[in-house]
Formats: sequence, structure tokens, C-alpha cells
Amino acid sequence: MTARAVLSCLLGAIVICAASTISCADGDPAKGEQIYKRCQGCHSIDRNRIGPMHKGLFGRPAGTVPGFAYSDAMKNSGIVWSEETLDQFLQGPRKMVPGTKMTYAGVPDAQERADLIAYLKQATK
Amino acid sequence: MLILPSKSTIQELNASRRRILTGGGKAVLSAAAIAMLAGCKGNSMAQTNDQSKGDIDILNTALGLEYEGIAAYQAGAESGLLQPAVLKLAVGFQSDHKQHAEALVKAITSMGGTPVQPKTAAEYNFPTSTLHNQTDVLKFAAGLEQGAVSAYKGAIPLFANRDLAGAGASILGSEAMHWAILNSALGVEPPTVAFVS
Repeated sequence: MTARAVLSCLLGAIVICAASTISCADGDPAKGEQIYKRCQGCHSIDRNRIGPMHKGLFGRPAGTVPGFAYSDAMKNSGIVWSEETLDQFLQGPRKMVPGTKMTYAGVPDAQERADLIAYLKQATK
Repeated sequence: MLILPSKSTIQELNASRRRILTGGGKAVLSAAAIAMLAGCKGNSMAQTNDQSKGDIDILNTALGLEYEGIAAYQAGAESGLLQPAVLKLAVGFQSDHKQHAEALVKAITSMGGTPVQPKTAAEYNFPTSTLHNQTDVLKFAAGLEQGAVSAYKGAIPLFANRDLAGAGASILGSEAMHWAILNSALGVEPPTVAFVS
């Protein structure tokens, strides 16, 4: 591989990283478990509370947990939960889904979001 | 390790709690915040319909939390696992949550909203099968209080009405005291962080 090709790859990687905070941040599930305590005012992994349960979160269309009364905004959001959509949502739930019942300002720190998502990937299987 | 508060400690904690809530004659909640949560108009700037709806949504989330807290303490009180001194403390905390809920209902109603209703015990589906002793109950309650602190902390910045934000902060303080006292009863080291999240 020529030096130009290597440089091109590096630049490409930087562009991808800039476009996605998740792809650059390695989440630590142990730290994420501690951050998840913030969520436990309203959420649980395995039962609906003020917010819906998180079990089975990844790959699930938003607004579809049985037995939970969602806002129309969430039911009609068209979101499917993934690392990317969660990262965006957690930055500002009511910015991404105006009208959601989730009245929480969000998790502004990208690393904390990555940690939280890493934990959720393990805990919600 | 479970460190049970003594009878005199419980009495002092309850007296302190009353002093904090009433301010010993000096209102801790601002007059405007009390007015808002009591259902009277505060002196904040007029809100748009969208802002009011957003604030009502936040208050209803808070109300749902308070109802859950009331039900959780009820479940704990009826578990038969709490010693008398701890039971008295739990009932005192439950009373705080009832006062929060009552104020939130009035505020929501005064703003033209519809307060959420408490769920049934079956709907709350508390993990009672995992509560085998007093320590388990206290840990469960402490977890709910910690979560409530985070929930209020995360919701307060979203209030369009600053009086409501102040009132929410006042309730957050109450939840934080509950959490700290429950941790103390459990013998948990006090938090060493300067900021809660």
C-alpha cells in the first residue's frame, strides 16, 4: 500500500469517526452500569415502570413494548433502537422525539453515552 | 451491615424532616414555587401552550414517580420485614411523597392538565419475591430514591417555568435526604462525589 493510500484510509476513518460519535467511543459496560442508575428513576430492565422496560431493546421498533402506554410521538417516530439511534436519542430525548413522555434532559457526554449503550447491549439481551 | 437508627435518632430525623419541610417558620420552597405547586398563579412570564404542555408532561412524570414511591413504601410497610423504628421512618418518607403528589396534582390541574393516576399494586409489579429481610427492603427503597433524584435532576432543566424548576429542585432535595438516610441505615459509605447525576 502506498503512502498516499494509507493517508487516504486514515482520512476516511477520521471522517467516519466524525460522523458517528459511537464508532469512535469504546463503551465500558461496567461504567455504563453505574450510569444506568440515573435511568432507574423511571426504567427497569425487566418491568415497565414510569418508562418502558429495556429488555430486548436493540432492534426493537420504538413504542412497541407490550403493556406500556406510549406517547403518539414515540409510537409514530419510526425509530428502531440501535447504537446509533440510542446515541442520538440520549443526547436529547425531546429534541429527537418532541412530545415523548421521557422528560429527561439527556446525557450530554459522548463517552458516558457510549458506556451506557455498552451496558444496555449486555443487560437487555 | 445494617445500622438501625436508635429511637432518639428516628425522632430527631423526623423532627428535622418537619423542620426542613416547614423551614421552622422560614419557607424553604419559594413563595412562587409553593404558589405554583399549590395551584395558584406564580409571577413568571406567561407561557405558550407548548411550554405549558411540556411542563405538564414533566409534572406528570414526577407525579408517576411519587405514586410509585408511595406504593413502594406501602409494600415495604406491609411486608412485615421492618422493625418498628425503621417502619416509622418509612412511613414518614411515604408521607413526604404523598405531600409531593398532592402538590403536583394541584399544579397540573391548575395548569389545565390531567394528572396521571396511581397504578394498582399488580401493575407496579415490585420485585417483592426478592425482598427477604429489612436490608433488602431498605436497599430497594434506596434505589428508588436514588433514581428519583436523577429523574428530577434530568427533568428540572426542561421546565419552561422557572418557578416550577425551583419547586422541582425542592422535591429533589427531599428525595436526596431520603436516599442518604436510607444509605446511612444500611451502613453504606456516604457518597464522596460533589455532584449528583
